[in-house]
Amino acid sequence: MHVAPIFGRALRRSPWVFHVGTSGCNNCDIEIADCLSPRFDVERFGVRLVGSPRHADVMLISGPVSMACRRPLQETWLEMPRPRAALLVGVCACSMGAYRDAYSVAGPADRVIREVDPEARFLYVPGCPPKPETIIAGLVKLLEEI
Amino acid sequence: MDRLGEWLFFYLVFPGAVFAVALGLALSWVDRKVTALVQWRKGPPPAQPFWDVVKLLGKEVVVPEQGWAAGFLALPFVALAASVLAATLLWHAALGLPGGELGDLVVVFYLLAIPSAAVILGGAASGSPLGAVGASRDMKLALAYELPLAIALLVGVFQRRPLGGDEASAATLSLAGLLRFQELAGAVVERPSGLLALLVAFVCCHAKLGFVPFDLAEADTEIGEGALLEYGGPPLAMFKLTQAVLLATLPVLLVTVFWGGLGGAPGGLAAGAGKLVLLLVAMVLVKNTNPRVRIDQALRFFWGPVTGVALVALALARMGW
Repeated sequence: MHVAPIFGRALRRSPWVFHVGTSGCNNCDIEIADCLSPRFDVERFGVRLVGSPRHADVMLISGPVSMACRRPLQETWLEMPRPRAALLVGVCACSMGAYRDAYSVAGPADRVIREVDPEARFLYVPGCPPKPETIIAGLVKLLEEI
Repeated sequence: MDRLGEWLFFYLVFPGAVFAVALGLALSWVDRKVTALVQWRKGPPPAQPFWDVVKLLGKEVVVPEQGWAAGFLALPFVALAASVLAATLLWHAALGLPGGELGDLVVVFYLLAIPSAAVILGGAASGSPLGAVGASRDMKLALAYELPLAIALLVGVFQRRPLGGDEASAATLSLAGLLRFQELAGAVVERPSGLLALLVAFVCCHAKLGFVPFDLAEADTEIGEGALLEYGGPPLAMFKLTQAVLLATLPVLLVTVFWGGLGGAPGGLAAGAGKLVLLLVAMVLVKNTNPRVRIDQALRFFWGPVTGVALVALALARMGW
């Protein structure tokens, strides 16, 4: 989607994130919570954790997408107003990690979302779990690319 | 025709839309920065609220399928227009700007009720169950705080003061009239009744702003932003601007009715700005040191002790205290 320069600039300075846990082990979710804590304080970059996908610009996804989470994840993604992007936190969200050949998973998050939105954009932050510094570095990189 | 141009300037530029929005965004940065400092964080840069709003304006407008689209999209603008009009009237009176008197306490009181009415209707128009929960909570909260607020404001109108060897009260609803009376007889807050009324009105304005502990209509951790749940992009930006304008307006209401306005002696504008900052920082500290209440607790609090204190203040004011 084409965005006027002023709005692009504003987007880089105020990315609001919505966190979706797609049946992960909670380890990455704890590291995401760390990013908002006083030690790392991502509000310095204008990042805000919001309670509704309608308010969000970036979706933080953690965990392999299970069969049960596939539809909810796709619907939540479509509820985010454009322009939108996703940050896949942890190796499970990126490529399913240890759950690769498990019977209950629907695929990595990027493949599941591309089923409904082929133009979706992703940034991958591997790790088990990634450190808060890595997540912040990934977020900054994602914003540079928007 | 001249008067029309003058009032359009007041409404659109100073002290209306442009000024109130700019000041409100600056004040909401103060709010976020003080919050961050209380939590031992560094906090956002000064331009953060501005970039937030610009970003929201550039996003896609999404209208929920089950909702009432026209109302859903129009109500944020109604909220903003009403809050800007209230800001214009209050700032105009508080600064003693030229151009005659317009508007009184009753008009301002009703204008300040419109933004919460718009949030209630907007939440209901979104067609989302969580939006409906948020709207119903906001409605109950508005019912709860409007009663003590109205009684507290009456203290400013009816307080009896010794004036020129006699006893008198302002006995007017005009904002400029209230300020003139306080200039002659001293600020309302100097008397015990005025202080109690200011405390009551302070708590009510806190709830009107939707600050913790009275943020149960938005409650993002339990009902996901409540009435604003389905809003995104430009309509959400209008609600954010409304909140910013209210942040720049409600402390002025308190200062005008109870604390002798912004301009005038002693100390002039600097003292006025000091009063505003004092009220704002007090609000932010209350906000950061209290947990959210339930709706029944909020109702009991406002209709119980707060209304009681407001009635006591009104009685004291009539007795000349």
